[in-house]
Amino acid sequence: MRSVRAILVMAHLTLHEALRRRVLLAVLIGGAAFLVLYGTGFHFVEREVHRQVGAINRVQYRITLNFFLLAGLYAVNFLTVMTSVLLPVDTLSGEIASGVIQTLAAKPIRRVEIVLGKWLAYVGVSAGYLLLMAGGVLAIGRVLSGLTPPDVAIGLPLMMLEGALLVTLSISCGARLTTITSGITVFGLFGLAFVGGWVEQIGTMTGNDAARNVGTVASLIMPSESLWQLAAHHMQPAIMSELHLSPFSPASVPSPEMVVWAAGYLVVALAWGLRGFQKRAL
Amino acid sequence: MAEPVVETHGLRRDFGAKVAVEDLSLSLRQGEVFGFLGPNGAGKTTSLKMLLGLVEPTAGRARVLGAPLGDRATRARLGFLPEHFRFHDWLTGREFLDFHGRLCGMDRARRARRIDALLERVDLVDAAPRRLREYSKGMLQRIGLAQALLHEPALVFLDEPTSGLDPLGRLLVRDIIRELRTQGVTVFLNSHLLGEVEATCDRVAFVKAGRTVHELTLADEAHIAFQVGLRLGSHDGAVLEGLARFGRDVEARDGWVRMKIERDETLPEIARWLIERRVDVHEMRAERRSLEDWFLDIMGQDQRPG
Repeated sequence: MRSVRAILVMAHLTLHEALRRRVLLAVLIGGAAFLVLYGTGFHFVEREVHRQVGAINRVQYRITLNFFLLAGLYAVNFLTVMTSVLLPVDTLSGEIASGVIQTLAAKPIRRVEIVLGKWLAYVGVSAGYLLLMAGGVLAIGRVLSGLTPPDVAIGLPLMMLEGALLVTLSISCGARLTTITSGITVFGLFGLAFVGGWVEQIGTMTGNDAARNVGTVASLIMPSESLWQLAAHHMQPAIMSELHLSPFSPASVPSPEMVVWAAGYLVVALAWGLRGFQKRAL
Repeated sequence: MAEPVVETHGLRRDFGAKVAVEDLSLSLRQGEVFGFLGPNGAGKTTSLKMLLGLVEPTAGRARVLGAPLGDRATRARLGFLPEHFRFHDWLTGREFLDFHGRLCGMDRARRARRIDALLERVDLVDAAPRRLREYSKGMLQRIGLAQALLHEPALVFLDEPTSGLDPLGRLLVRDIIRELRTQGVTVFLNSHLLGEVEATCDRVAFVKAGRTVHELTLADEAHIAFQVGLRLGSHDGAVLEGLARFGRDVEARDGWVRMKIERDETLPEIARWLIERRVDVHEMRAERRSLEDWFLDIMGQDQRPG
């Protein structure tokens, strides 16, 4: 009970900090600008598609606009990744470097509770941001074309898991490394998964097993891109993914076990960060 | 006898190949103001951080308030003002204290009461609604002190608590430390401002290169605290022998007779005795042996090679 309260006090402080330091505001303004741009684009694209095929070919209309919706969600995915890495990256390392953490850690609160409180707050921020932005994209699609991608209820949680995974890595690296090293490490891992994902797709399409294996290994080292691909796979009509009609129709769909792997990965990364912070001289 | 408030045996901390603290052996009694003295880099801050559970010792044993180092329940009874007093500077003074009160598990009513009292005590009532970012160094140190005392701790660690303060601020801190002593709170004071320490501490330990090299009870040492210098007219050995009854280490050199006496009251007795003997007194000086003399003595000896 006492632990829960301590974690909540820390989470509250962390959210308060994000609000007070106006980082959240900056992120939200950037997000709003994106949605305005996307909405405008969607409006013109929809009009053009409707003029060309809409009246006669309902399937073609749907496929094209679903592709455009996925492109919007892909951008949201990327923005969420940035937010999930950059917002929490200095929350521990920065406070350790400045000495702010000393008065905190000398209080009757466990170090685990400090980390979990911060983690909880940033996972919340990441998920909230994703819901807001993805909700915006979906609302634009719904209002302007009457379309909603299929299985959003599966896709969005997968994207949320990706955000949570990056928050976890960002905080856990910050518990052990300096801010700049943490940022480089997490983006490095993300980049590796990103490139690995494409290598795997190309390898699958060209039938090159070596390239495919490289991709698989990359997604085991860092499962973030696989989570997006899985989410994208669910959020498009079967015909699109079967015919590989868009860059978001993965040639090799990550297996559902990848979700378990990613969840386990998150837990281990968090434990690694907790342990590092526990032992660290402050 | 009551259990010591802090007790350490051979506490040690290495950072890689560097030994920050080699052998910390201390015992603090309840209600005393304990000064921890040493030059920069002697391991004072690391020692204090070990006692607070911020840094884990590499070796040695210690108990704080009867519990092992880092014990969570015990930390609710410790107060700490860190050396560099860096805080969440986007909080206002009042929010900062409130947050730390919540971390200590204080309920709302008690927080409000204590925060008001402490803001008053450290003279920051007007600054309380302002963000810490706008505070001067001295104000930050005072709000940090309020933070350390908020939850009415039994043991307070102050790491260079007056480094950012002007003379009035220093007097304030000195008064607060005295108040704490009358309340029975034990104070562990890290400092290299010897005047501060001399004015507030009951007992001091000198630390050099990560070792406690000497302990001094200031009240006790007062009995050899005076160094007397006399410039006398013609006198013989019998006068020197006679002076020995008033103090010790009587020696005559370079036209001066020097000796150590125990109490202030001995001075007029010496004067009266010399005049009765018809010895001319040209000059008479009495100097208290300062903590600085002790410090230089102890640190100097230790620095000799071999």
